[in-house]
Amino acid sequence: MTTTAVPSPAKRLSYRPQQKYIPVLATGSLLVLMFVIGSLRYENFGSAQVILDIFIDNAFLLVVAVGMTFVILTGGIDLSVGAVVALSTILSATLVQERGWNPVLVIFLMLLLGSALGAGMGSVIHFFEIQPFIVTLAGMFLARGLCYVISIDSISIDNEFYVRLAQTRIALPGGLHVSPSVVIALIVVLAAGYVLHLTRLGRTVYAIGGNQQSAMLMGLAVGRTKVLVYAISGFCSALGGVLLSLYTLSGYSLNGVGMELDAIAAVVIGGTLLIGGSGYVWGTVLGVLTLGMIQTLIVFDGTLSSWWTRIFIGTLLFIFILLQRIISVRRV
Amino acid sequence: MTRHRLFWPSLVLVGLLLGNLAFTPDFFSIQVRDGHLYGSLIDILRLGAPLILVGLGMTLVIATGGIDLSVGSVVAISGAMACLLISKQNDMNDVTGVLTAIAVGVLLATALGLWNGFLVAGLGIQPIVATLILMVAGRGLAQLITDGQIITIRSSPYKLIGAGYWLAVPFSILVALGVFGLASMLVRRSALGLLIESVGGNAEASRLAGVQSRRLVWLVYAFSATTAGVAGLMISSNVSSADGNNAGLWIELDAILAVVIGGTSLAGGRFSFAGTVIGALLIQTLSTTIFTIGIPPETTLLFKALVVTLVCLLQSPAFRAKVLRQRRQPPPATAPPKTQPTSEIEVSA
Repeated sequence: MTTTAVPSPAKRLSYRPQQKYIPVLATGSLLVLMFVIGSLRYENFGSAQVILDIFIDNAFLLVVAVGMTFVILTGGIDLSVGAVVALSTILSATLVQERGWNPVLVIFLMLLLGSALGAGMGSVIHFFEIQPFIVTLAGMFLARGLCYVISIDSISIDNEFYVRLAQTRIALPGGLHVSPSVVIALIVVLAAGYVLHLTRLGRTVYAIGGNQQSAMLMGLAVGRTKVLVYAISGFCSALGGVLLSLYTLSGYSLNGVGMELDAIAAVVIGGTLLIGGSGYVWGTVLGVLTLGMIQTLIVFDGTLSSWWTRIFIGTLLFIFILLQRIISVRRV
Repeated sequence: MTRHRLFWPSLVLVGLLLGNLAFTPDFFSIQVRDGHLYGSLIDILRLGAPLILVGLGMTLVIATGGIDLSVGSVVAISGAMACLLISKQNDMNDVTGVLTAIAVGVLLATALGLWNGFLVAGLGIQPIVATLILMVAGRGLAQLITDGQIITIRSSPYKLIGAGYWLAVPFSILVALGVFGLASMLVRRSALGLLIESVGGNAEASRLAGVQSRRLVWLVYAFSATTAGVAGLMISSNVSSADGNNAGLWIELDAILAVVIGGTSLAGGRFSFAGTVIGALLIQTLSTTIFTIGIPPETTLLFKALVVTLVCLLQSPAFRAKVLRQRRQPPPATAPPKTQPTSEIEVSA
């Protein structure tokens, strides 16, 4: 198989692993292409800081999208992320600003709340066999409703801890800098990569996405994993909310409206199959970068209106879904 | 009677309406003022008309086992297009011009539905993903049409669709009723409804049995977008303006909710138009109730979350098997055998 075989099967063997990387590679090339075009067309575009700025501006989306990747890998979907982000920003702003609670304690509480909400939804999905779409829709209504009950006004935060964390810039060699949020987001990405590829939980996630029935028959802990996956997504949404409240130094009930769509779009553009079972966290990082790059390009251009962002994202979604479709047809 | 699939939603609706009566004694009164019908019930019907329309389209899509997330964007696009065309006219009250604008708006919506149908039936993309594309891009398109502005128009013929009266009855109710009647007749007096349900039950099997399942899928997405287009005209006409950003925002979720409350299974294979209408009215009554009782309107979403969870749990065979059966076991011995077959049937359906 390795040495004496005729060249054609060997060729096929070397071709195979590439195929599953095609969507990620396509996203990566697109990203490079956009960056090159931007650098050629606009002054000051071609610097590493532009890319770091995309990270700084989208750290919260990155964290949320990583959580969404887990859910989508199992073949589910989580529509509640945007609302949980908003709940996390408004609740932490209220507790820190108006009640004067300890910020560290509040952040910890938010993460706990997000995980609990996610675990609750996951339990309903698994034990009562209701579609994830509907359950997380209810979760979205619940979280958004709670936001409105807490406050309908934007609450700005001037707590010392928050302000210091928000304004800190970590210097990198070459005069570049990032915010602590980016570091947190990257830690989340690394942790997610570790969990998905090197732990039993990660294997089970892929197995459920591939075929839940088979995973169950193999004796894998399907129920526990499904609940955990939604808990992870809830945790990531709450963390995304904390990062967003750091980024804007405020909490607002209308934060993150439509963020679930951005997160799903980032995951899909990153090459994760929406039917589950195939995809990478790295792809999601590239997906978020792509969305950020589109926005940056439009800002640099200055003549295109903001709504072109949506149209571009929609077009990209279409192209990548088509690509996924072609690949999955070939695989069958 | 409790077994009938419309029993629980109807009961909740009636309960809500009666609950209103306790807070506002003249809730059920309908008056005639200036030759128009007035009253809370009429208001619920009038404001619920767009949701009923979108829900009817969504019902057929869900009956084929699909879902249409793009209806909110379609609502925004058709309203934006019609308002743009009317605002370009020299005389905004010109009836032919308004009719042309309406026709263009609805046809554009139908074309968008055909695009969805092409993605789902032609390319075989999952419905939730296929319609997500238009949901994301559609808002951008709507803003492109309105150039990011809110187009305000002053046109009395156009105003008729959403806020006008015809024979003392709000015109929008008549439109919703007309579409409901026509669609019900089409699907239940011909084989169309049965065929749609067969596609939802098993698309491949129905194709092998000789059903043109792909053509039917194209049809239901086109129908869904068309009803969304009409709803878009209604919404923009009611406020005499088109807002590409906010028109029809979240209406897809409300529509799906209405369909689910009405007893249509999200797995496809069976549907009920009457159930959807009840579901849509239930959602509208909920909003109105919260408004009239004086609970802060912000809590509407909390109530919706509660209702969705309750309805879905009650409809879930697993929930009934795990929770409700245990509770029913102590009473008479005849109860358990009765509940068991129904839950089993619904598992297989």
